[in-house]
Amino acid sequence: MSFITNFPLFTIILSLFSGALCMMLSGEAARRYTLTCECALIAMAACVLGYTLSTGQAFTYVMGEFPAPWGNEIRAGVLEAMTAVLFLIVMFCAVLAGRKYLPIDIDESKLNLYYTLINLMTAALMALIWTNDLFTGYVFLEILTLTSCGVLIVREIGRTTLAAVRYMIMNLLGSGLFLLGVVLLYDVSGHLLMVPMRASIASLASDPGNMTVLSMAVGILTIGLAIKSGLFPFHYWMPDTYGWATPTSGAVLSSLVSKAYIFLLVKTYFRAVGIDVVRRMPIGNILLVLGLCGIVFGSVSALRADHINRMVAFSSAAQIGYIYMGIGLGGTVGFTAAIFHIFAHAVTKSALFLTTPRLAAVSDDSLLFKNLQGSGLRDRNAGIFFTAAAFSMIGIPVFAGFASKLMFGTAAVSVGSPLKLILVMVVLAVSSLLNAMYFIRTVIRIFGPAPDTAPRYTGFRPTYNTAMVILTVANILLGLFSQVFADLIGRGLMMFA
Amino acid sequence: MIVNLIANYEEAVAVILFGIGLTTLLFQRNLIKKLIGMNIMDTGTFLFLASMGYIRGRKAPIIVNGVTDPAAYINPVPAGLVLTGIVVSVSVTAIMLSLTVRLYSRYHTLDLDDIYVLSKHQTEDR
Repeated sequence: MSFITNFPLFTIILSLFSGALCMMLSGEAARRYTLTCECALIAMAACVLGYTLSTGQAFTYVMGEFPAPWGNEIRAGVLEAMTAVLFLIVMFCAVLAGRKYLPIDIDESKLNLYYTLINLMTAALMALIWTNDLFTGYVFLEILTLTSCGVLIVREIGRTTLAAVRYMIMNLLGSGLFLLGVVLLYDVSGHLLMVPMRASIASLASDPGNMTVLSMAVGILTIGLAIKSGLFPFHYWMPDTYGWATPTSGAVLSSLVSKAYIFLLVKTYFRAVGIDVVRRMPIGNILLVLGLCGIVFGSVSALRADHINRMVAFSSAAQIGYIYMGIGLGGTVGFTAAIFHIFAHAVTKSALFLTTPRLAAVSDDSLLFKNLQGSGLRDRNAGIFFTAAAFSMIGIPVFAGFASKLMFGTAAVSVGSPLKLILVMVVLAVSSLLNAMYFIRTVIRIFGPAPDTAPRYTGFRPTYNTAMVILTVANILLGLFSQVFADLIGRGLMMFA
Repeated sequence: MIVNLIANYEEAVAVILFGIGLTTLLFQRNLIKKLIGMNIMDTGTFLFLASMGYIRGRKAPIIVNGVTDPAAYINPVPAGLVLTGIVVSVSVTAIMLSLTVRLYSRYHTLDLDDIYVLSKHQTEDR
């Protein structure tokens, strides 16, 4: 066993330790420490990715030397390592770019506690990605919920508190259902570790009489995670939550937290239940329909928004719909498209949420569309970063968004059901049109003629641009080398089984 | 059907409790009542887990009198899960109560719909 096999555990432990350490540091020291720590985490996750690619197989890390089916396990394959690297890069960029707003939104004496929350959130994200045990998944799911509530309420205004309460209510509902689903699965299979559970469920599923119970358990678990990630019709908390949070929190919540739940869902399907058993359940069709509704309703709401952050948040609801559409289509192609869209959306949406406050900064601190006229001219860097991300959301070639839409189309063709193909194609066309309408409208607005277009200095440091360049480059790389990433995701899904 | 329900009355009660909690959490407008609903929902799950984990006639998994036959003991994992779940539930309730206090001190009401209407009139736009 290579030393690298310890790295997945190290990423979790290091983030937990950093969370505790940041409580004792000053705000600035905590920021520097967190950024350094994120770099170390990215390096470790990249090593794991390299290792799994070179050996060509996943590895399981048995904690405390208790072999399955008793102990707790961590598992790392290509897909987990890729997701970890990408999530950590987005996290790093969000912390780097959101710096200016943190001292404004948060009391100076509490600044270090924000980094504590960020580190704990990283630990929870890493644990959700690496874990091989459903109950560990539940515990870190709750830690993720609590920390995401924490990063939301650090901006102490009435609306964030209200948004946090509504966010928590939906999330607690989701956690409760997820827990019930896990308990039911444990009840029928006798295992919490994913691999023994799958073997047990496979033998149960061979008797058609057991399928009702299994469908119910998996269905409850799926609804729980769907509520938590904001699938239609459970998406109404999104605009307030993302729109009023401090920019770093908005970026992290929309691009990482909701995606981690979906990643856990995919992992549960493949590793704990078995994808062949899931295909025999009616869950896929329900997810497909809800996903399609989410795409349309999210896009229409985004079109009607008068506030740029609300528009971007509603567009998140639509993108979650895309991901569930891929899962609902099923098949390796559908899941590959869904996971690729998780990546594409993570780099794009975080870029949007980190750019909008900067556009607001040159528009009298207002995020309302009517005040943003010409803001892209007053701050050209922000205008360019916003436009690049907006093009990716619309699905213009070269950017990641185009590649993922192409993959969804391919997935719909490969399913072989004419009804699904027509539905998906119509919704893809309508949603691309709507996306184009509201994003192009915004781009025209921010570059439109205004009485005052002289560049203004708003006190953003060069590190902001560094973070945004990383996100934009990642976006373009995902778009240009989409086939490479799709192959890697496909290999990762193979390793899941 | 009825016979099955009576035979598994603990699980039936657990599921009913879960349903009561879920609807309370979703449909009550008062924040404190919502929180109580959440706790009932969690309790339902814990009851389910605890009752499934117990096998009548077996002992707690602590070896006494040298009996090492696994058939003499119950599985300790469900009880461990219930404990973990309770800890999670307590911490979540604490956070939610602190949020409720914060909202109450700002808006002087516990009704979520009223709070929403009040917050709309604020001008904290950025």
